Amino acid sequence: MNLKELLRLAWESISNNKMRSLLTMLGIIIGVASVIIMVSISAGTEASIEEQITGLGSNLVYITSGFGRMSPGGMGSSGDGLVYDDAYAIAEQINGVVAVVVEQSTSETVKANGVTLDQVTIVGSTADLPTVRDMQIAEGRYFTQEEVDRAQKIAVLGYTMAEELFGDTDPIGQTVTVGTTKLAVIGVFEERGMVSGVDFDSQIYTPISIIFKNLSPSAFARFMGDSVRMIYVEVESPDVMEKAIEQIALLLAKRHEVSLDEANFTVTTQQDIIETQEAATAAFRNLLGWVAGVSLIVGGIGIMNIMLVSVTERTREIGIRQSVGATPDDIRWQFLTEAVLLSLAGGLVGVLTGVVGSWVFGILSDMRTVILSTSILLAFTSAAVVGIFFGFYPANKAAQLDPIEALRHE
Amino acid sequence: MTDQKLIQTVDVKKIYGMGEISVAALDGVSITIEEGEFVAVMGPSGSGKSTLMNILGCLDRPSEGRYVLDGVDVSEMNRTQLAGIRNRRIGFIFQSYNLLPRTSALKNVMVPLLYSRDHEYSAEEQMERARQVLAAVGLADRLDHQPQELSGGQQQRVAIARALVNDPVLVLADEPTGNLDSQSGEEIMELLHELHRDGRTIVMVTHDPEIAAHTQRTIHLLDGRVEKQVHNGKQPGQKKEKKVQA
Repeated sequence: MNLKELLRLAWESISNNKMRSLLTMLGIIIGVASVIIMVSISAGTEASIEEQITGLGSNLVYITSGFGRMSPGGMGSSGDGLVYDDAYAIAEQINGVVAVVVEQSTSETVKANGVTLDQVTIVGSTADLPTVRDMQIAEGRYFTQEEVDRAQKIAVLGYTMAEELFGDTDPIGQTVTVGTTKLAVIGVFEERGMVSGVDFDSQIYTPISIIFKNLSPSAFARFMGDSVRMIYVEVESPDVMEKAIEQIALLLAKRHEVSLDEANFTVTTQQDIIETQEAATAAFRNLLGWVAGVSLIVGGIGIMNIMLVSVTERTREIGIRQSVGATPDDIRWQFLTEAVLLSLAGGLVGVLTGVVGSWVFGILSDMRTVILSTSILLAFTSAAVVGIFFGFYPANKAAQLDPIEALRHE
Repeated sequence: MTDQKLIQTVDVKKIYGMGEISVAALDGVSITIEEGEFVAVMGPSGSGKSTLMNILGCLDRPSEGRYVLDGVDVSEMNRTQLAGIRNRRIGFIFQSYNLLPRTSALKNVMVPLLYSRDHEYSAEEQMERARQVLAAVGLADRLDHQPQELSGGQQQRVAIARALVNDPVLVLADEPTGNLDSQSGEEIMELLHELHRDGRTIVMVTHDPEIAAHTQRTIHLLDGRVEKQVHNGKQPGQKKEKKVQA
């Protein structure tokens, strides 16, 4: 029996039981569609994480203070955390450093233009922030190092912040009251979006010296001196990264008078962060893959179930075919073709559903989806494999029917 | 064994079950059927005629003994080989027609051609061949009718056409008129006699002595053995009875 004839037979059988075939395919459809949708979600997540991280700027080294507001163990001396001067030391003493940015933030109530906003994050920073963080000024300008040194009372607004406070009015030259300090707005950043869970657009940026002098929220913080939460160092190229990290660690350890083993700061690179994130998304993707795989298997069992019913129902037909010369192989192929055709049709509909579903999901939710052609291929191939695997047992059962028994079957 | 002997069984036994509770459905049947013969098989139920037909039709294998069909020993063949023999050399006519439902007469008749291994027919050849045999059984105008749209007699004609489509050396009919009214039954018998006149070898199981009497020879089975073989009126002068020791 040739392939064309096998396909025709399988198609006849499938279309003779349309509703049943559709319900049987549903398992495969859902399985394949979920593989594609889930892979597209995790691929989308991965892509946006990577984008965000590279968006933070390139060739960055992050130095985080091991002493945080949350760890009371370090409260004993001001020398425990990173301080403003550490940044200067790094800029002056480490080779290959292009820019150093320090950041310390606080949360304040902001008033301007008759609008009052609570709990606004005020980011105190230095002149290189836009370069290092890859942020663009939309209007006005950013502040200079000189203005940082002189603690000028100026501010640059994030995109959303500017809209919320001033709406259509031009914010440049206006005044915002942060806590009790009045700051003159000199610029607005371009829209930047969420990066690593931080909404850059809803923040106010001001010289770090303003934070130290005017905004530090507690006496304790004043006592701490010019402590900073984070220092960003941009190096010339990835080649000097390793060396720079080593030297920074040594320098800071010396300045803080601790050994490297008990350092109260951590030096990480963008690469470290990417690797951590990738490990997380890989775990996420594997989990989704398993879930989708399980639904494919369930779909396959559905096919096996229906094929077994079909073999029983058509026992007499099998007997008739055997009596006119169908060999066990002929019968086996007939039912195997039907199972594979069912799962391939299910796979095809599943691919369409998956592609459309990913697209719709990407539009309706905040999550980004990226449809990978490999996932389509993978899902489709697994559907075929599932069809063969779960079709084989019923097909074999049909092939082994005794022609006499089969003919007697009512 | 001469060339004319189409069927030769030697002490064929079919034993079901094992050990002490085993039952012999056939208990040593040796028969010979010449090419071109029209033979009836009779016997009460349980006499083994169905089992004999199944073995003659290569649907089943004997437990013991030999069965030579058209010069080929088929008693040791595997299922695939037997399927090939059924396809090329044997045409079945069943009491209940056994046509594929929801399938046109033409398609039903084409089924054996689909499984033909030694000759790959093109789709056109298959259709042409099926048309010819359907015309030969008088159904040229019913090609596209499905079994449920045909009368019993017409369905049996389709089945006969299907049995003939691969030009078999042996036609096996298992009570072909059993489900038909007498009018249709007579028509079917007339058709079988016609086939016989054209030189076909036909072995037919029947309950009806009247019908059996119109064949050349009747083989009577009892308890899995050949009770007697009777030469009938179809060949006058050969009407003699002989007992055969099983």
